[in-house]
Amino acid sequence: MTVMGVTQILIYLAALVALAKPLGAYMARVYEGSPLWLEKAFGPIERLIYRLSGIDPRAEMAWRTYAAAMLLFNLAGMAVLYLLLRMQGRLPLNPQHMGAMRPDTAFNIAASFSTNTNWQNYSGEASLSYLTQMAGLTVHNFLSAATGMAILAALIRGLKRRLCATVGNFWFDLVRGTLYILLPLSLAFALFLVSQGVVQTFRPYARAALVEGGQPQTIALGPAASQIAIKQLGTNGGGFFNANSAHPFENPTPLSNFFEVLAILVISAALCHTLGEMVGDARQGWALLAAMMIVFVGLLAVCLWAEQAGNPRLAALGVDPRALEAEGGDPLWTQAGGNMEGKETRFGIANSVLWATATTAASNGSVNSMHDSYTPLGGLIPMLMMQLGEVIFGGVGSGLYGMLLFVIVTVFLAGLMVGRTPEYLGKKIGAYEMKMASLGILVPALLVLGGTALGVMNASALAGRANPGAHGLSEILYAFSSMANNNGSAFAGLDANRPFYNLLGGMAMLIGRYWVAIPTLAIAGSLARKRTVPQGPGTLPTHGPLFVCLLIAVVLIVGALTFLPALALGPIVEQLRMMGG
Amino acid sequence: MNGKITRPSLLDPRFLMAGMKESVKRLRPRDQVGNPVMFTVWVGSLLTTALFVQALFGHGEAPAGFIFAVAAWLWFTVLFANYATAAAEGRGKAQARALRAARQSIKARRLKEPRRDATAEEVDAEALRKGDIVLIEAGQAIPADGEIIEGIAYVDESAVTGESAPVIRESGGDRGGVTGGTRVLSDWIVVRVTVDPGESFLDRMIGLVEGARRQKTPNEIALSILLAALTIIFLAVCATLLPMSIYSVREAGAGKVATLTALVALFVCLAPTTIGGLLAAIGIAGMDRLLQANVLATSGRAVEAAGDVDTLLLDKTGTITLGNRQATEFIPAPGVDEKELADAAHLSSLADETPEGRSIVVLAKERFGLRGRDIQPLGARFLPFTAQTRMSGVDLGARTIRKGAADAIGAFVGAQGGRFPAEARVVVETIAKDGGTPLVVADGARVLGVIRLKDVLKGGIAERFAELRRMGIKTVMITGDNPLTAAAIAAEAGVDDFLAEATPEKKLELIRQCQTEGRLVAMTCDGTNYAPALAQADVAVAINDGAQAAKEAGNMVDLDSNPTKLVEIVRIGKQLLITRGALTTFSVANDVAKYFAIIPAVFASTYPQLGALNVMRLATPQSAILSAVIFNALIIIALIPLAIKGVRYRAVSAARLLRDNVLLYGVGGLIAPFLGIKLIDVLLTALRLA
Repeated sequence: MTVMGVTQILIYLAALVALAKPLGAYMARVYEGSPLWLEKAFGPIERLIYRLSGIDPRAEMAWRTYAAAMLLFNLAGMAVLYLLLRMQGRLPLNPQHMGAMRPDTAFNIAASFSTNTNWQNYSGEASLSYLTQMAGLTVHNFLSAATGMAILAALIRGLKRRLCATVGNFWFDLVRGTLYILLPLSLAFALFLVSQGVVQTFRPYARAALVEGGQPQTIALGPAASQIAIKQLGTNGGGFFNANSAHPFENPTPLSNFFEVLAILVISAALCHTLGEMVGDARQGWALLAAMMIVFVGLLAVCLWAEQAGNPRLAALGVDPRALEAEGGDPLWTQAGGNMEGKETRFGIANSVLWATATTAASNGSVNSMHDSYTPLGGLIPMLMMQLGEVIFGGVGSGLYGMLLFVIVTVFLAGLMVGRTPEYLGKKIGAYEMKMASLGILVPALLVLGGTALGVMNASALAGRANPGAHGLSEILYAFSSMANNNGSAFAGLDANRPFYNLLGGMAMLIGRYWVAIPTLAIAGSLARKRTVPQGPGTLPTHGPLFVCLLIAVVLIVGALTFLPALALGPIVEQLRMMGG
Repeated sequence: MNGKITRPSLLDPRFLMAGMKESVKRLRPRDQVGNPVMFTVWVGSLLTTALFVQALFGHGEAPAGFIFAVAAWLWFTVLFANYATAAAEGRGKAQARALRAARQSIKARRLKEPRRDATAEEVDAEALRKGDIVLIEAGQAIPADGEIIEGIAYVDESAVTGESAPVIRESGGDRGGVTGGTRVLSDWIVVRVTVDPGESFLDRMIGLVEGARRQKTPNEIALSILLAALTIIFLAVCATLLPMSIYSVREAGAGKVATLTALVALFVCLAPTTIGGLLAAIGIAGMDRLLQANVLATSGRAVEAAGDVDTLLLDKTGTITLGNRQATEFIPAPGVDEKELADAAHLSSLADETPEGRSIVVLAKERFGLRGRDIQPLGARFLPFTAQTRMSGVDLGARTIRKGAADAIGAFVGAQGGRFPAEARVVVETIAKDGGTPLVVADGARVLGVIRLKDVLKGGIAERFAELRRMGIKTVMITGDNPLTAAAIAAEAGVDDFLAEATPEKKLELIRQCQTEGRLVAMTCDGTNYAPALAQADVAVAINDGAQAAKEAGNMVDLDSNPTKLVEIVRIGKQLLITRGALTTFSVANDVAKYFAIIPAVFASTYPQLGALNVMRLATPQSAILSAVIFNALIIIALIPLAIKGVRYRAVSAARLLRDNVLLYGVGGLIAPFLGIKLIDVLLTALRLA
């Protein structure tokens, strides 16, 4: 590992923690309906939206109404996107004359973008019109992210309110989350990206004559910056171009790389503080952030080590994967070495691994290197991150509410062990909450295992593999881990645009999203109706290091116990083979 | 406790036999479906047995001997879990038998009218209904729970309380409740039956310890859901391993597909069988422990709630202090001789049968040798204490001697043109501030002085409150005293708070207010006037000596009539939860080692490199699988004593308790199976069994 690489990672972590507090506090104000400075600019738009759609933003909803509004809205959005994909050939802003999508492909994309997954079974520059990219995908990047944050806001209200039948208003949360959080941040970020050289144009693709003659080269262009800003911030991850953020038009400079990878985690990290702020006990938010951070840094270190160590088989052939110090021994100019297959030389090991870990920790899924080419252990880390249920930061909103489901299980176990009916933030955790939390944790795991089992038995699914054997299993396992947990990251090798993956994966994405979201809202509704138990000496503190450790243990053990056998047949055996021969 | 009920030892051979018989009987599917974890193990046992039969006919997926061994140990897993429940129930049943014996073949004399001399008929105790009137005379057993409406008697309650000294039961007041199965020793009583057959306290308790009528408590249901979720996950893990194994074998072109036997074995090892098998036993044993502490509970829910109690309301009299206040000092008013005061106080109290009155007579005798005097010839007329006058006294010819509360006496002397001396008022306030009760004595318009009445604290009470505080429970004393007096006693006893000048309404209001704040309130008391408050409290412990109304309103009855018994009840409630939590943690932590045993065993033939995961260096794939299954079964047996006795609870902070239990059961649960499985593997290999 190079000094430069580690330094960059440390700066990254410091920036992430530093931003959590101000951004988190600001988001708390957004969802609490407190006055905001930005209301001067966006207030009229907010009121106009309410007036045009006939919404009373102050009308409180019970959790069932809230869930119904959320589902209907998402369903409508998904239908619009599906139609857009099927009819893009006849619609404007299509300079490359892209044709209609196949129905199964269109279904998969519609499910993918409305669930904040952004699994991409297509190549953007080769199949989508500018209109589809902007009015379809970019709009969903905003709305699916705002939906996730709205559900979290409802859950936090559930934790905070006492003897209350309602959890807030979905439209209020959706509009404010979009207008006051995602839109301003994306606007600023898009302008920054343009300054770095990310393209933003409606012009058709450029054609360049090559020096050696022959066919002129087509250079794909498009309104990329506006989409990339939100794809990073909203943990969407669906790249404008197929190469995603490895593409120089999506991620041109070291600075753009730093801010893009920062944008992946910043809202999810800050939402921890939003929770602390809204429930009136900042320590609770910091404890959750600490738990996420510890798992993140731990797995990042393993991934970094694995990639830096490289492949001993190659080393035996004389390709030295070790970091080499330049002549004169200045550590700043060390040649990184390590496993560079599938990585951009301009990013190197540290920035590629940091991105890979962050993008799978959060359910982002954008890439700046190809995970399929990682060493087996290095590739296991992103896969495990998703299999943990996307709760280490996770998607905006969805990551934290997923983590809170684990918190419920943890306080249940911890509560039993101190001899009290479990409670979290003064709310008693009963059978109903346990049922819903179990459902939320169970469903994605079952989807991953079931999808993989079907995949290894299906001829078409097997034909989509880029590699045979254990690595082929890893590819299929990775695909379903990604889709069922709404990540969207792809293990490059797999050709997933097949009816099998499109339909099964589309279902996995929908179930994985809403079968977690609905139980979460049910918990919000149930908790809001309860009284708050005052803290006493017999209360188990949920902000101390002990609880953080226990939470981490529960997340890791549930994840490990569920996926260890499958991982053993995939990346683990690959790694052992690579090392042992 | 005097060991009136012999609780069978877990190692008693007869008890063991009975338990084993019961375990086999419970292999019926309908006894298994209630517990999803053990039901899946039961299905797995059936499946492996079928595979064994198939292997016997030569079509087996593995050697018949190996499948037989796995199937046998899976059946043992189910049997051991059955045995745990049977053992816990067995102990409860032994107790229930003893309780029931007390009630067998009792005849009752039912009266037509609620009078002793009404016409009577002989009926079976079982035939009595709520509202029936029965007559019980010396030497007869009381046929059912009820309330005395006429008469007074000495009752031997040892059958339910284990206390050999007989107690007085009489109509009216707080000592009117009688329990079925106890025996009248002297005199007679007429009792109105308050319960229908099968609904008495004893019946309900017997139901709870026998387990037959035991309903799952809320917390148990929540835990069952978690366990069911884990079971489903592991079922999916093992089921999807089959296609993945087929794929791997095909791709690698080596090795054999994982056998169903191995996958079932893996599933049973992963499923939370340790806690799943012991869950019922823990609950039953908790009720049994409560009975051992001489507390009858009517619902498991209340016991569980006891662990959560954070506010405890205690009646002062009889709970914190010894019964009644005692006179300790005569303080004369200026210009009055102490003996004159004592004499007047003595006279006014001669006919006063209240404990306070009697203590004044005793004090006067001790201090000045005043003896009982026959004052009838003097034309004495006694005025008993009433709530309206708030004083008592005696009229002796022209003398009108009164004693009572300061303001009542002040009004009395004022009406006769007298004056309340300022010095006496100071004394009154001082006494009140010290936690005593001042009783002012006046003779006509003249105030003679003040008698100091004092509460005497029960021994060791302060230590009990300190323990409650460490458990995180706030104690509130309830008393009819004025705030000053109450504050002094509260400080002396070490309670956290007090409610003075309490009326039934105020008590009820206090409980409701605590509950609105989200607190869980426990209350312990004896009097009838507490019944509404008891009914409102979350955990309500009535005293066995107390009124029937109180017993009916409470959800527990303390047979020892020891009001600080709540400490014990809270401890048992917490123990119940901790035992469940500890065993769940242990069970899940165990899985890590089992993966390291079974995964290399199942897949090493396909991918020899996975042998690196065999960190325990288990001899062969078969011995590895068998060792894990055997460990999984034996750990249930090994933990039965812990499940039945409960994990130790100490009154320390929640964080410390959690840390200790996580270290012991979490980290311990991670390490123990590595050692255990290795040891079994070494034994199996040495004995050439696998």
